[in-house]
Amino acid sequence: MASTRSNGVARIGALAAPAALERPRYARTLWGDAWRRFRHHRLAMAGAATFLLLTFGCIVGPFVYRMPINAIDFGHSMSPPSAAHPFGTNDLGQDMLARVLYGGRISIAVGFAAMLTSITLGVLVGAVAGFFGGHVDNLLMRITDMFLSFPGLVLLLLIVYLFHDPITRYLGTQVGTFVLIVSVIGILNWMPTARLVRAGFLAVKEKEFVEAARSLGVGPIGQMARHILPNVLSPVIVAGTLSVAAAILLESTLSFLGYGFPPDVPTWGRLLFDAQNYLDLAPHMALFPGIMICLAILSINYVGDGLRDALDPTRVF
Amino acid sequence: MTKYILRRLLTSIPTLILISMAVFAIVALAPGDPLSGLATNPDVPASVRLTILHQMGLDQPLPIRYLKWAESWLLGNWGYSFGSHMAVTRLLLQRLPTDLWVLGSSYLVAVLIAIPIGVISAVRQYSLQDQVATTFAFIGYSLPTFFTGILMIIVFSVKLHWLPFIYNVTVHDPIGVLKQAIMPVAVLALFQSASLTRFVRSSMLDNVALDYVRTARAKGLAQGRVIRRHVLRNSLIPVVTLIALQLPGVFTGAVVTEQIFRVPGIGSLLIASLQNSDTPVLMAIAFVAAILVVLFNLVADVIYGTLDPRIRYG
Repeated sequence: MASTRSNGVARIGALAAPAALERPRYARTLWGDAWRRFRHHRLAMAGAATFLLLTFGCIVGPFVYRMPINAIDFGHSMSPPSAAHPFGTNDLGQDMLARVLYGGRISIAVGFAAMLTSITLGVLVGAVAGFFGGHVDNLLMRITDMFLSFPGLVLLLLIVYLFHDPITRYLGTQVGTFVLIVSVIGILNWMPTARLVRAGFLAVKEKEFVEAARSLGVGPIGQMARHILPNVLSPVIVAGTLSVAAAILLESTLSFLGYGFPPDVPTWGRLLFDAQNYLDLAPHMALFPGIMICLAILSINYVGDGLRDALDPTRVF
Repeated sequence: MTKYILRRLLTSIPTLILISMAVFAIVALAPGDPLSGLATNPDVPASVRLTILHQMGLDQPLPIRYLKWAESWLLGNWGYSFGSHMAVTRLLLQRLPTDLWVLGSSYLVAVLIAIPIGVISAVRQYSLQDQVATTFAFIGYSLPTFFTGILMIIVFSVKLHWLPFIYNVTVHDPIGVLKQAIMPVAVLALFQSASLTRFVRSSMLDNVALDYVRTARAKGLAQGRVIRRHVLRNSLIPVVTLIALQLPGVFTGAVVTEQIFRVPGIGSLLIASLQNSDTPVLMAIAFVAAILVVLFNLVADVIYGTLDPRIRYG
């Protein structure tokens, strides 16, 4: 902090120079303020650090830790954590650390892809409903209400079960399962975002600056994308962050119930599913992937919590 | 009020019809039919399979199949399970008592934990108790039930040998019944009480700052009385609504917990039916769950209107 302040003081001197018509570089921006508030939220910073570490570890880890994920070795089956196998081995003697790292890539990728799907859908529906109003709004909100009345997990299981085979036949087992799970989670989770965006659009679209844009001849899409959407972005960012955690949780739940990824794609949920029959002999098989899921979800939730406070411009810090 | 309830019941009918169409469409449009197993069976000639298809009405156009399905649903004929050849209604009713006992008591425990903790954290905001409680609530809310369940099995069943990890309905002595219910109830109660605690706390904080609380203090009421008689009563209004909204989710959300501890409830019936491709049971569970959601939304609205005199339904 001290360094930024002295920096600022130093620049005030520079400002006296005649060419100072450009925006001074130390000017406070909305995002700068948000970042400052976020930095003050200790748990959110810890969450962000943990999640970045997890993601980085899962992306880079398999290149550094070169143990294969599927080398079967019955001589060392279910061995507890040791120097050779830091996370132990599973019932087939496969190295757990390699599997956890590799599976983390997929679990986190599912989380982000599902978040993008649900946020895109939610923003589209909410923006159109809020901007155009009237019958369009009414119809879209009825549809939103209907989707909210769906029993989430039950429908998720039903769809994955019914459409798993045909989709994997066209796209291959891994890609097919990924596409199916991501799209189903996205399609069943866009409703809260749509409502938030719609409420924001209703409030912002009557403001003077939007009227000004309209009178300058900006078309509906320009008004929505350039003028209104940036002003309703804060709740979307928070909802998006939290939905990454929700998607990781849902994917793990599906895989844990045996309806997610196949055994050769060891996502964290799948590893837990495989571990549950060996809880007495090899508890480490369940502990490590379980801890990874908890860490990921907990850290994302803390980041979301911090963002909620940081992106609220009425808060002073 | 009666008029309002009636109107809401009427407006929820189109929603339910749409949901029933969606559930039906998902099952009907999925590739393969319930008899696809027969198609690959060399002992069954194609003509026999087609005859069965015809007898079941599966060769008719979708809208007609939907109408027939809806008609028999309304008459209470929900079909027969492919697996056990029992009426689906009987199968569901058979599972209901276990669910009511395990899930009901877990939700009760959750409410009994959440309200006092939420109240204490709100009254002593930013105190040590508050920080501990909010941290625990945050963690409890983030921990997935499949991990807490597995953790409990490892600690209490595998290491300490205190509790059985498989729920057995044939056990009848009261101590055995209690012992096997402890872990599933605890897992669910932890998860549900976490979000409830956060909600009670924020609802209390919303109310503590209001004018009527200052008035109550100004006329000389003791702190305990102000909190219990004035603040708590008003802050529980949204909490009760939330509980009503969450109840249907309790039944479907317990799928994972029931699967871990082998609790023979609706949730494990769902998983078993998925494994056996038991379409009638699957459709019944999905649709009953949807009905519960719509119904409890209505219940929540009605409760809110009854408890909060400021709300008037025209």
